[in-house]
Amino acid sequence: MQPHDETPHVPGPSLWPVGFAVGIVVLLVGLIVSVYVAIGGAVIALAFGFLWVRDLTVGTPLAHAEEVSPEKSTGAQLPMPEGASAAPPAERYPRSKFLELSTLGLGGVIGGIVTAPALGFMVIPPFLHQGQKDHDLGPLTDYPEGKYVVATFMSDPSQGEVSRRTAFVRYNGPVGTQPSFTIISNHCAHLGCPVQPNGPLDSAQTKNFGDVTLIPTVSIAGFGCPCHGGQYDTEGNRIAGPPVRALDRYSYSIRNGHLFLGAPFSVSHVVGSGSDAKISRWKFSFPGEHVNGIESWMYPIQPPH
Amino acid sequence: MATRRLTRSEQIQQTILYPVDWLEERSGLVGGLKYFLFRKVPGDTNWFQTLGAATLTAFIVQALTGVILAMYYKPDPQNAYASIQNITNHVWAGWLVRGMHRWGASVFIILMFMHMGRVFLYGAYKYPRELNWIIGVLLLASGLGEGFTGYLLPWDQTAYWATVVGININGTAPILGPFLAQFLQGGTYINGDTLSRFYSIHMLLIPGAIFALIGLHLYLVVRLGVTSPPWSKEAAGSGPLADPSTNGAGARSGLVNPRERKGR
Repeated sequence: MQPHDETPHVPGPSLWPVGFAVGIVVLLVGLIVSVYVAIGGAVIALAFGFLWVRDLTVGTPLAHAEEVSPEKSTGAQLPMPEGASAAPPAERYPRSKFLELSTLGLGGVIGGIVTAPALGFMVIPPFLHQGQKDHDLGPLTDYPEGKYVVATFMSDPSQGEVSRRTAFVRYNGPVGTQPSFTIISNHCAHLGCPVQPNGPLDSAQTKNFGDVTLIPTVSIAGFGCPCHGGQYDTEGNRIAGPPVRALDRYSYSIRNGHLFLGAPFSVSHVVGSGSDAKISRWKFSFPGEHVNGIESWMYPIQPPH
Repeated sequence: MATRRLTRSEQIQQTILYPVDWLEERSGLVGGLKYFLFRKVPGDTNWFQTLGAATLTAFIVQALTGVILAMYYKPDPQNAYASIQNITNHVWAGWLVRGMHRWGASVFIILMFMHMGRVFLYGAYKYPRELNWIIGVLLLASGLGEGFTGYLLPWDQTAYWATVVGININGTAPILGPFLAQFLQGGTYINGDTLSRFYSIHMLLIPGAIFALIGLHLYLVVRLGVTSPPWSKEAAGSGPLADPSTNGAGARSGLVNPRERKGR
């Protein structure tokens, strides 16, 4: 086998791939800019792709290998015993074919029975039982009105320190008879680094109970992320840097005078502040994912969190 | 016919080659190894064409040091960092083996890119070697996956936050990104399972894939031969040497009498 001496089996020169590539670029730009541009790009890519494939296939019919089938041999070359019928053997389902197919089929079934549970064991558990139980963050009296308190806690104490989370909790004063809280997650909406309060902490007032630590802030001007410089205002709205939305928030409930942290949810933006804030609430999403606008079309389904 | 008395060097040769003959007669392995190693190589190749072998060497170093590190490393959140400290500061030569693995990782990645650059600039990806380029790209991706998963294992702040960012970058991929991120970290957040998951991927899943891909890569190199440099007048080397006088049957040919250098 000397492939080097043969003519390379490359397709002939064609300009269609250039148009195809242009279509793909327009499609990708359109995903960011406008859906109409994206559709236009898709049409261009499809048209030129079709022309390209037609170019490749025309004039190069696929070679058909001659079928080799010993079972169908008529045995004409063999000496026939005298008196034997010379009639060609009837077409029948060959034994070797049956054995081949049954071996492959049984092997496939056995392989599937073994592989499917193992693969499922690898892939499925991360998507089951992901919800966290509500977490007790202590009595309401620990939260001074109008000031953020940095609350850290272990969301799953059996996991240890790796499950430690941080939330910024602010008591907004009572609304009617119910106390109002703003609880912001510290996961940056860019790529999940821990955002920090932009302002001094009053570490002397630190309170500890169980796995919860509460550190009040003195006064803060918002939140900032040390990784890539995302900046947020005191309501968690993005004001600068790469984040794609506002900071996530936690739902909460109040039982027996204690603040309980509930499930997190994502926020695109907040209008107003404190107890009057209008929060645009979305399903909890990973950092870096748009929750509204055309870019959110890239994340049509979310895994069960 | 009187047998000539063997000279000293011939006696030594006989002694050395006897086990080779023994092995060849029973397994054919010597011939197989020669088929693999004794290639027709264009005379004007240069040092850049050793980058592939260098990359392979770097990977073998990673595999060996990794196996040894796994004997001391404990992939669970409570003990991972402490076991790394133990390897570095207390186990005899642990600092050396961990250092080889840590710095060797960068060497492996750098050599892969240099090898890729050589193949690109020499045009060695062209017909009939396109498939080997594709396998090489898969190897590059696997190597980068090793880098990503290995970085978490020291379980310090750098490792943790770099992995948070890395997983969330995966999460921003369209449509399946959120599922990929949740699969990688074994849950909604990084947890203890993330570490053992990355450990398993780092030392079982991806290395297995890399071994298999390297096998295919080398098979194609052996089958298609060494590429001539672009300035070469010689045809690319191809399959085994066809000349029976230099590559005939038997274990000794090619070992006892050095082949003449051709070309040049």
